[in-house]
Amino acid sequence: MLDPVPILVNGVTYASWLFLVAAGLTLIYGVMNILNVAHGSLYALGAYAGAWSVGEWLAGGGAVYWTYALLLASALAVGLVVGPLIERGALRWLYDRDEIVIVLATFALFLMLEDVIKLIFGVESYLPWQPYTELGFVDVGGIPFPVYDFCLVALAAAVGGLAWFGLNRTRAGKLLQAVIHDRELGRALGIDVRLVFVVTFAIGAVLGALGGAFTAPMISVVPGIGVEVIVLAFAVVVIGGLGSIEGAAIGALLVGVGRTAAVAVLPELELFVVYGVMALVLIARPEGLFGRAAARRI
Amino acid sequence: MPARPRDLTAAGLAAAALAIVSAWWWLPGWAVNMLALALANGLVVLGLAIQMRAGLVSFGQALYYGLGAYAAALLARLAGVTDAFVMAAAGAAVAAAVAFALGFLLSRYRGIFFAMLSLAFSMILFGLLTNSAALGSTDGFGVPAPTFAAFDPGDNARLTLFLFALVAALAFAAAFSAHRYLESTMGHIGEAIRENEVRAEYLGASVRRAIHLKYVLAAALSGLGGALTALLIGHVTPEDFVYWTKSGEFVFVAILSGTGHVAAPFVGSLLFELVRSYALQYAPDYWQMLLGGALLAIILFLPGGLWSAFRRASRRG
Repeated sequence: MLDPVPILVNGVTYASWLFLVAAGLTLIYGVMNILNVAHGSLYALGAYAGAWSVGEWLAGGGAVYWTYALLLASALAVGLVVGPLIERGALRWLYDRDEIVIVLATFALFLMLEDVIKLIFGVESYLPWQPYTELGFVDVGGIPFPVYDFCLVALAAAVGGLAWFGLNRTRAGKLLQAVIHDRELGRALGIDVRLVFVVTFAIGAVLGALGGAFTAPMISVVPGIGVEVIVLAFAVVVIGGLGSIEGAAIGALLVGVGRTAAVAVLPELELFVVYGVMALVLIARPEGLFGRAAARRI
Repeated sequence: MPARPRDLTAAGLAAAALAIVSAWWWLPGWAVNMLALALANGLVVLGLAIQMRAGLVSFGQALYYGLGAYAAALLARLAGVTDAFVMAAAGAAVAAAVAFALGFLLSRYRGIFFAMLSLAFSMILFGLLTNSAALGSTDGFGVPAPTFAAFDPGDNARLTLFLFALVAALAFAAAFSAHRYLESTMGHIGEAIRENEVRAEYLGASVRRAIHLKYVLAAALSGLGGALTALLIGHVTPEDFVYWTKSGEFVFVAILSGTGHVAAPFVGSLLFELVRSYALQYAPDYWQMLLGGALLAIILFLPGGLWSAFRRASRRG
């Protein structure tokens, strides 16, 4: 018979992973109106950097419990270097162009980064499994689950909580909301919109890399891992509402638990659950479950 | 009213088609095959260009490309039909029928939402195909060598020639029809919609109906291109025909070509195939970097695509 416990636990784990990947995407869209296809490359870069540094550290005889700090550090390094590079190097020339043109530009960056990753890390696979098994297993309803999975849930909750706190309870968050609300007015009030954009893009990039780095111990890191992730993240973000962090969380839970349940019950409909729901949400509420309705110009 | 310059497009297209067909005599077999593939994919890009004229970018055109390919392939697999004409027509018809139904929805959306919704629909088809064991899931299945109205070309070289002639003829017909369509009132409405939708409505045009028509036309062209590609390759898989990277590739070629002329998608598609086959042979590690760099450069410096550069140069000279 179907056991709801593994579906729920695995579903929530999967949802946490989805949220980590989608949070950066939705943040960047919310502030800058950029749907960033290159987010998939940042995820892949984070995974590679994390896997590589963990591998080097352990090969040098380092202790496993330090690898978690290493994963975090590699995500920060990737995001803080590559994020501003993309924003300053390419995107800032395109802010007055159509939204859809900017999507295509980030698609171009995605293609380029795919090869850059291969040039830096080669085409062999990395398997940094040690951080995953180090934490052991815990019994839930008689079934052993890896503790790492629950740490991923905690990490996602922490990221979500920090994002909410940062946006709603700090001065910088208030300034950011002003820019989201009206870019021109924000500028007129003396907010350095250029700086806001660079910082936002860097934070979004760090979040993407973070998702990749902490996924690396659970998977085999191979070329092309960012390709599937980006469409999944698109689905999550669109379902929740482009630009909404709460929406991304709800979207991630819907997709995460829905897909896990589908795999257990009706495997044929696995991807249908993801993209079918995405299409339905777009049809019924194009601004997403949590999005603000934009003033239509037509 | 000044006399309009005489439209030489039809003559030019016919000359180009003849020149292309004559290529069979002096090009090696693999090059003929590549040319045919480029023309078949050019049909899809032409469909995208028709939509782009109205300001719409579909990030899921592989939905119709894949539908056309799978419709043609299934016709052979289930019904034993191997006639190339019937298979190609079926591909276009199935794609157009699905697009007619979905068009009622899609014609309500613009910009990023149009792109995302078409992406979602293409990924639904991808998911269904990869999970259906009866259709070979991720491995797909083979397409038998086609016949031509009960005539069986027999050996491979003649099959390539026949397919090539069919693709070239259909590409010419499609380019010519698309040209006539874009020069018609209904076609010009597209540019009006891109510039200002409200004004287009005030002129008495139904924007939704115009977009719906463009959507179906683009789908039919994509289905045709997909069916022909399936015949040329002899195998269909979800990854090669329906995945979002395929849609991205078509958008790339459309941006590269520009929407200035109906011949541009075919020129762009040919250029793309040429560069790809050379890049994959000599610099496989830099292929995507080359693609991405070219796309970024065109977006930044040449928003009208390669055709616009050609036009600018010829006007100056």
